[in-house]
Amino acid sequence: MRKLSILLLVVLALSVGFAQAQDTVTLTIATVNNPDMVVMESFTEVFEAEHPNIDLNWVILPENELRATVTTDVATGSSTFDIVTVGMFEAPIWAGNGWIHSITDLAAEYPDNVQADYGFDDLLPGVVAGLSYEGELYAAPFYGESSMLFYNTALFEEAGLVMPEQPTWEQVREFACALHDPDNGQYGIVLRGLPGWGEVMAPLTTVVNTFGGRWFDENWEPQLTSPEWNEAVSFYVNLINECGQPGATSTGFTEALTLIAQGQAAMWVDATVAAGFLSNPDESTITETLGFAPAPVGPVPKGNHWLWAWSLAIPTTTTHPAEALEFVTWATSRDYINLVGETNGWQTVPPGTRISTYENQNYLDAAPFAPVVLGLMQAADPTDSTRDPVPYVGVQFVGIPEFQGIGTDVSQFIADALAGNITVEEALQRANEVAREAVIEAGYLSE
Amino acid sequence: MAQAATLTAAPAPPARQANAFALRRFLPTPAILFMIVVTQVPLIFTLSYSLERWNFLRPERRGFIGLNNYVNIIQDTDFWTILFNTLYLTFSVVLITLVVGMGLALLLNREFFGRGLIRTLLITPFLLMPTVSAVLWKNVLFNPAFGLFAALFALLGLPRPDPLAQAPMLSVIIIVAWQWTPFMMLILLAGLQSLDHEQIEAAQIDGAGPLMLFYYIVLPHLRRYIELAVLMETLFVLSIFGEIFVTTSGGPGIQTTNLSFGIYQEAFQRWNIGSASALGVYAIILANIVMVFFVRVLRRGQKEGIATS
Repeated sequence: MRKLSILLLVVLALSVGFAQAQDTVTLTIATVNNPDMVVMESFTEVFEAEHPNIDLNWVILPENELRATVTTDVATGSSTFDIVTVGMFEAPIWAGNGWIHSITDLAAEYPDNVQADYGFDDLLPGVVAGLSYEGELYAAPFYGESSMLFYNTALFEEAGLVMPEQPTWEQVREFACALHDPDNGQYGIVLRGLPGWGEVMAPLTTVVNTFGGRWFDENWEPQLTSPEWNEAVSFYVNLINECGQPGATSTGFTEALTLIAQGQAAMWVDATVAAGFLSNPDESTITETLGFAPAPVGPVPKGNHWLWAWSLAIPTTTTHPAEALEFVTWATSRDYINLVGETNGWQTVPPGTRISTYENQNYLDAAPFAPVVLGLMQAADPTDSTRDPVPYVGVQFVGIPEFQGIGTDVSQFIADALAGNITVEEALQRANEVAREAVIEAGYLSE
Repeated sequence: MAQAATLTAAPAPPARQANAFALRRFLPTPAILFMIVVTQVPLIFTLSYSLERWNFLRPERRGFIGLNNYVNIIQDTDFWTILFNTLYLTFSVVLITLVVGMGLALLLNREFFGRGLIRTLLITPFLLMPTVSAVLWKNVLFNPAFGLFAALFALLGLPRPDPLAQAPMLSVIIIVAWQWTPFMMLILLAGLQSLDHEQIEAAQIDGAGPLMLFYYIVLPHLRRYIELAVLMETLFVLSIFGEIFVTTSGGPGIQTTNLSFGIYQEAFQRWNIGSASALGVYAIILANIVMVFFVRVLRRGQKEGIATS
């Protein structure tokens, strides 16, 4: 309620603002406080100088807060925002609800407002597929990521270990346990354990995929009690508890990044976007000894690395779709990537959206991890990431609205098993029950 | 107004006075109306949402479903765990802060060198924002890899503890109690300082020792202050959210999920506005039960006070 009244106030304030300034249009943009977005905000003046009729107004929030604010805003039709930042999970769902404009349609309607030389066919096909609904693009990718294995080459050399070109999870386990030395504050591997569908469930689901598991069968019957899930989750839990970091249930992306950046962990499987931070001497102590490999595989060579893209979308409630399109295509264009590269250094450009980025010699020189990332981004396929057929789209998530709830509930039981309070069997049994209730409640599965 | 009529009928005062009385009655109306609009309208909205099946992300399935949300919640075993967690957390925190706060208040009531400084330091936890103190506890103290406790344990050759995973509820209780102890301490200290010295001297002359002094003089005097502090703290701690959000996210499992955090999860992770509203109504009922209970206790205390004096 309080949220709603604050929103009302903001809307009121904005409409007063509009009434006073008829000539220039103010675009309100909601985005995540990730480093790449903060860089985007820092170029506000450059954009405003190029587009004198548009003023930018930023609302920058942490990921969870952004999701809550933007979803509430769009679902209630409050029209606070002219541009919102959405992930690959939200884009198709919101498109289906008619909450965001089709970028394809808008670009056809206002061709003059599309950034010159934008090049829709330069966007990575897998990313475009994940952001499309019924064949039309609904959000323009700002940066994309997959998941990969980071390791500390110094520790590997010391122990005489060699990282294969494509490691398997079994090899990773052996390396981790060989390098695990908790008494001296050195951990064999660090993996996410923090509850949340976007935290522990992301890497865990890729492990489940590559162990041959799936969230639901073709009829939406949850599969969490299957032997594949049991094997995958037991592997993940045992790996962390035996050769991984302590405090697993409070380790999210940020905590894991800290551990590896301080040289306390030998390996880490997580988002490719972390490569940029780990190569930055201001934030990392292992820039010289950082190694990269594709995400490990299990028995099934599929779905072992995820695909995600933070993207800019235009809510249907905006009164300035043409100007919003102008900004969206500017911020996701080649020109923007060049601007960031030339101003801030090439290793800081938003990665994982355009083929041309990976053909740019400046970027390849600054980012040694680029070829691995490109290979992963091109191989990830949200429509085909499990051994058995599934009724959903998504590598590390299930592309249905209810998954946020299901994934969060399941992750809590996984955390309970990680903490050793219940067995993996019990956790999966209870997780399966909540997943089943949720899909019945939502009408996918009838009892 | 009927009351006003009977009042005017009895002693038959002049008409002007009756008019003034009516005016006096009328004057607060705008304020009362304002209060109704800002407090009761949101409640009415919550009540009406709670009768709907409404998932934000599935607008096409929105519809009236009567009391189904309420029934589903009661039938869900997790709800009872969450309710138990809420009460367990609240009463543990209140009890701990009462004991520790009383001890600190008694100490601070004495004259000693640097009392002002110590008092300021002791109040500091209460002035920190809940999320800030939770982040401090989580990362600086509890973190099993680089936290202070882990370092101390490692120094002694013991395995590094991971309090937030091994004893999540106790960890949350400690954090919240650390934060609320100064509140209890301040109110009790104010009470102690209003205690008449002559009474204590008289009791000492009569041969009372420190324990008897505390039990027969200090405690009865502090009773009103204790009741007030406990009531207020209970109401605040019942709805604690930031500490849980930052440290455990209600887990592992639902071991540290209280009603506030449960409502947050229902509304902003499952996007179930209907059942989140129903949970909210249950939370209001719970807070009111606690409130009525304490107000009764307070009233009884007042009556006894009047009778004895």
